[in-house]
Amino acid sequence: MAVVSTEATPVATESDIVAVRRLVRETAAKLGFSLVDQTKVVTAASELARNTLIHGNGGEMELITLNGPRVGLRLKFHDHGPGIRDIQLALRDGFTTGSGLGLGLGGAKRLVNEFEIDSQVGQGTTVTVTRWK
Amino acid sequence: MERIPILRMGEYLLVTIQVDMHDRLAMTLQDDLTNRISETSAKGVLIDISSLEIVDSFIGRMLGNIASMSRVLDADTVVVGMRPAVAITLVELGMSLTGVRTALNVDAGMDLLRNSLDARKDALYGSRIH
Amino acid sequence: MATSTVNQNATLASIIQQRREAILAEWLREMSGATRRSDLMKESELQAQCGQFLDLLARASETGTNAQTAAYEPLREMLMDTSHVRAQKGFTPRETAMFVFSIKRPLFTAIREAHSKDAVAMAEQMWSMTELLDSLGLYTTEAYLKSREEVIRRQQEDMLELSTPVVKLWEGILALPLIGTLDSARTQIVMESLLEAIVQTNSRVAIIDITGVPTVDTVVAQHLLKTVTAARLMGADCIISGVRPQIAQTIVHLGINLLDVTTKATLSDAFGLAMQRAGFSFVRSDKKESKRDN
Repeated sequence: MAVVSTEATPVATESDIVAVRRLVRETAAKLGFSLVDQTKVVTAASELARNTLIHGNGGEMELITLNGPRVGLRLKFHDHGPGIRDIQLALRDGFTTGSGLGLGLGGAKRLVNEFEIDSQVGQGTTVTVTRWK
Repeated sequence: MERIPILRMGEYLLVTIQVDMHDRLAMTLQDDLTNRISETSAKGVLIDISSLEIVDSFIGRMLGNIASMSRVLDADTVVVGMRPAVAITLVELGMSLTGVRTALNVDAGMDLLRNSLDARKDALYGSRIH
Repeated sequence: MATSTVNQNATLASIIQQRREAILAEWLREMSGATRRSDLMKESELQAQCGQFLDLLARASETGTNAQTAAYEPLREMLMDTSHVRAQKGFTPRETAMFVFSIKRPLFTAIREAHSKDAVAMAEQMWSMTELLDSLGLYTTEAYLKSREEVIRRQQEDMLELSTPVVKLWEGILALPLIGTLDSARTQIVMESLLEAIVQTNSRVAIIDITGVPTVDTVVAQHLLKTVTAARLMGADCIISGVRPQIAQTIVHLGINLLDVTTKATLSDAFGLAMQRAGFSFVRSDKKESKRDN
């Protein structure tokens, strides 16, 4: 798989979530994603960035552009927060530890083609999502 | 601090969201709107989101909250102008905003609010006359 | 060694040049069996193609017999074009590849005649020629498949576009008559074009007619449900019409909740409801009355 470019951006404040959305939107548009696909991947990024900020106490997002054999956009959200104890439970709709609807992780998963979560309790969480063109 | 303006038009309040909303701005709007509804005794709230390129679960929740809160304050809420791509994404996300009334554009939304208010008045005064 | 190879190949080029007409005639005869399709291609056209192939082969083989080298570029291009044209004309891949393979016998005959006194050179030359022609033959098959895939992809795109006609029934009322099997990709395109049309035509009601859909499985039902929900989020109502008895049964057996969706048995029922929702009512004008008025 050919990685064309990698870019990292902080997710430390609320305005960073807006910046993440903007960056993902621009990149998806540049890759030629359809409007619906752009919207899906931007929304997923927004959900995951908020998770990173609220549950992971902030972190960063790595944006990877893939080219060949398929064109795609991969986003890696990384934090050093408390980690997720039960991933299956966290993915379930309606599950929340905060004040949200609990649609963040599960919802984001439905908006992308590939979803991977790696979490160590006490060390942090990395969520990697990929949307193909 | 940045705020989303709320316009008053007769018995209705109008909000047009034109900026890429961050979470605190959404919360501020929710507070401001509920305050204005009770100050003005508005009978309807119209929120135009035709400029919004995404609605994630947070903004979706805010819209749902505004609708529920204004109902408690005796005002109808209608959300207008959601883009097709946004609607598809929101459904995929798992949010169907069941308690929120919607319309295609500001015109249709105002019609909806007026009809609903007329119906309410009829129900109220109609029963007294007869 | 290198020099001897070049010499040998130079001979190959000269063999082809010297015996061009004989090889050509025999090649055409070779192809007149099962692989020639006079119904698909004219004799003269085929002759011209064969001649061109021989000339390009002769020129390219002056530098060696590796089909991947730059010297073979013109020959590969010619084969690409030929395969492309043949794929479109309806040749089978076998017939397309045989165009190259059928030159083996005439060419080998020519090589044998030229090397009648040197068995080692003859064997060597035949071997390198076999390798070269095999790789060119495979190349035609690859090119053939590529153009077939291109044709299939284009047809699929056409079909997707053709299969989603959103029609306007009345001011503010759209209909989407679905015909044929719905898969995930097609349903998504249908969904998007319907929602786009709702915005463009400012329509309050959209009717999705599934009379022409043979079966509805869970995935399709889910997609329909999502479309209805998305339309509602935008401020439009959807009515699903043409639900046949079997489909109604399937939907209930699959446990899909269509309670929040308005369904009607026929498109005309749905249209009546849509008119009502859009605030229109019908009055039948009586012909006799209107005549009396005049």
